[in-house]
Amino acid sequence: MKLNKNFFSMKGRSGKFLAGVAVLAMLTGASAARADVDIALGIPATGGQIAALGAQARLGAETAVAAINAQGGINGEKINLQIVDDQCDPKNAVSAANQVVSRGIKFVLGHLCSGASIAASDVYNDEGVLALTASATAPELTERGYPLIFRANGRDDQQGVVGGKFVADKFKDKRIAIIDDRQVYGQGLAREAGKVLTEAGIKPVYVGTVNAGERDYSALVSRLKSENIDIVYFGGYHTELGLIVRQARQAGLNTRFIGADGLAANEFWSVAGDGGAGTLFTFSASAKDLPSAQEAYAELRKGGEPDNFAFYYYAAVQTLAKAIAEAGQDPEKVAEALKAGSFDTIVGTFRFDDKGDLVDPDYVIFEWNDGTYAPTKL
Amino acid sequence: MAYFVDQFFNGLTLGAVYGLIAIGYTMVYGIIGMINFAHGEVFMIGAFISLIVLLLLAQIGIAAVPVAILVTLVLSAVFTALWGYVVERIAYRPLRGATRLAPLISAIGMSILLQSLVQLAQGAGQKSLPPLITGRITLGEIDGQTVEVAVVRVVIIAVTLVLMAAFSIFVAKTSFGRAQRACEQDRKMAELLGVNVDKVISLTFVSGAVLAAVAGLLYTVYYGSIDFFIGFLAGLKAFTAAVLGGIGSLPGAMLGGLLIGLIEVFWAGYASAEYKDVAVFAILVLVLLFRPTGLLGRAVVEKV
Repeated sequence: MKLNKNFFSMKGRSGKFLAGVAVLAMLTGASAARADVDIALGIPATGGQIAALGAQARLGAETAVAAINAQGGINGEKINLQIVDDQCDPKNAVSAANQVVSRGIKFVLGHLCSGASIAASDVYNDEGVLALTASATAPELTERGYPLIFRANGRDDQQGVVGGKFVADKFKDKRIAIIDDRQVYGQGLAREAGKVLTEAGIKPVYVGTVNAGERDYSALVSRLKSENIDIVYFGGYHTELGLIVRQARQAGLNTRFIGADGLAANEFWSVAGDGGAGTLFTFSASAKDLPSAQEAYAELRKGGEPDNFAFYYYAAVQTLAKAIAEAGQDPEKVAEALKAGSFDTIVGTFRFDDKGDLVDPDYVIFEWNDGTYAPTKL
Repeated sequence: MAYFVDQFFNGLTLGAVYGLIAIGYTMVYGIIGMINFAHGEVFMIGAFISLIVLLLLAQIGIAAVPVAILVTLVLSAVFTALWGYVVERIAYRPLRGATRLAPLISAIGMSILLQSLVQLAQGAGQKSLPPLITGRITLGEIDGQTVEVAVVRVVIIAVTLVLMAAFSIFVAKTSFGRAQRACEQDRKMAELLGVNVDKVISLTFVSGAVLAAVAGLLYTVYYGSIDFFIGFLAGLKAFTAAVLGGIGSLPGAMLGGLLIGLIEVFWAGYASAEYKDVAVFAILVLVLLFRPTGLLGRAVVEKV
């Protein structure tokens, strides 16, 4: 989810490079040609903490593939899942994408991270490969009009809308501030939340920014205190908000903060301490409570306790398999099928708009309490 | 007005930490005429040692906060001092008598080395500590707004003031302080008169590291979130503080630290939070241009 990394556009270069790779592909392609449906999964398989999320996506995808293959595959053809490692890094994602192309694979699940997805999508778009991520949230991924790039999860700016509506709904008579960290993710959230508030006729008392990566937010805290702010919509990550909340509570400021899925990290609580109680954020509905997901949940649990990444990648496999079953193995036809149809998955029904984004993704407001978060009772 | 008082205390807290680090810069400059660019990293190591000790103490069940902090203070000071000593021994002593540029480059290398060491040993992620000292003291009421100050801020300011006073007395009254001042004035002469210059320089690095360790502890307790990179910005700002106060001058470093803290916070509070670092470093440029000796520094007469 909140995995924006900087990305470097490799568009011009990848074309030339790929010409060379294509020759290699012809040499190796013969052995790869089977009557299977090859699908690549682009994840950080190595590379620190982020690899844990990659493992979740892999668990979800592999479980789904096993289930589909057990029922006869796609129109009798087995799905052959291949892992490509991007380490959540845009540069590595481009070489991972080139690998996918060179192996002659036409369908990709992923990538997991936004920055990696954006970088890889340039290659996929040029080479006619269809990619469906179930975790990249940066709006830019689908904003460039690439017809073969799809997203089976919400966008950052959609969360801002949900968060803004919640504030307008529950706290409309309070003194509201909007603060962001001036990064792609945070700024987008704050902008969309601000739009919703303006439409609802609410004018924030204070609008400000913070510098990401700093430690001292005491000046901001004093400002919020002197303005008597009750509610802050915060666009940014847990690292900054954890420090802001900690310093706010130390200064005796009891403002409530609301943000997005960037706050869904245990690190938030360990920095903010008990003062983090009551902090709200938008987050994808917890899939393991859904009745439709119970059967898959039982399977997924065999590989360790799954989180939302596993469920959404499971659902992405289901979606892609159904679209391929309808349209065959031509990526362009599959893209048309994805945009035209609706797809029942374990986490609900997926429909895609013209950009390739999920229509009405399911966001729920969560609340931090006692070191853990759960859907809010507000 | 309540807002002003609030911001004033914010600035004092920040300035206290900068001041403690700045002393290390200024002392080393005073005695061997080099900028120890690895000093910010010594502060960072102090913060890490403090965090590790605090977590260990919590593990073995020492729950009383004042005790835990005192024990951490001592242990962190000892271990960080060891680092300060080793850095001087490895990176600077062999270069004594070399050109002025050589130890400077060595210092930058040391800074990168220490950062990478901590990154490898502790990982690149944030390390966190829950708030230890909570609560506030009410100072009074201005224009209907209560003015409060967090206890942790009072602790930071008090510890810093006590330490600075003790250190000033140490330099002014003890034989080590005398030897140090003698080396600062004329190293060759001091050596001829029987002062063990190498030992004095080592002790200077050690005492700078002790103060940086305390700054690291205060930083860890207050912000509760550290990583291997914190020494860079904090070190740069403390260096600016030392230059503003007059590099080589002990009271100058303390004053400079407090001023930099106040400037940073007031700029963020009244002008723009985005450009507060620009404000701080603009001061560095202005001081270097118009008053290179700083506020309390004295001009060095080049002896020919």
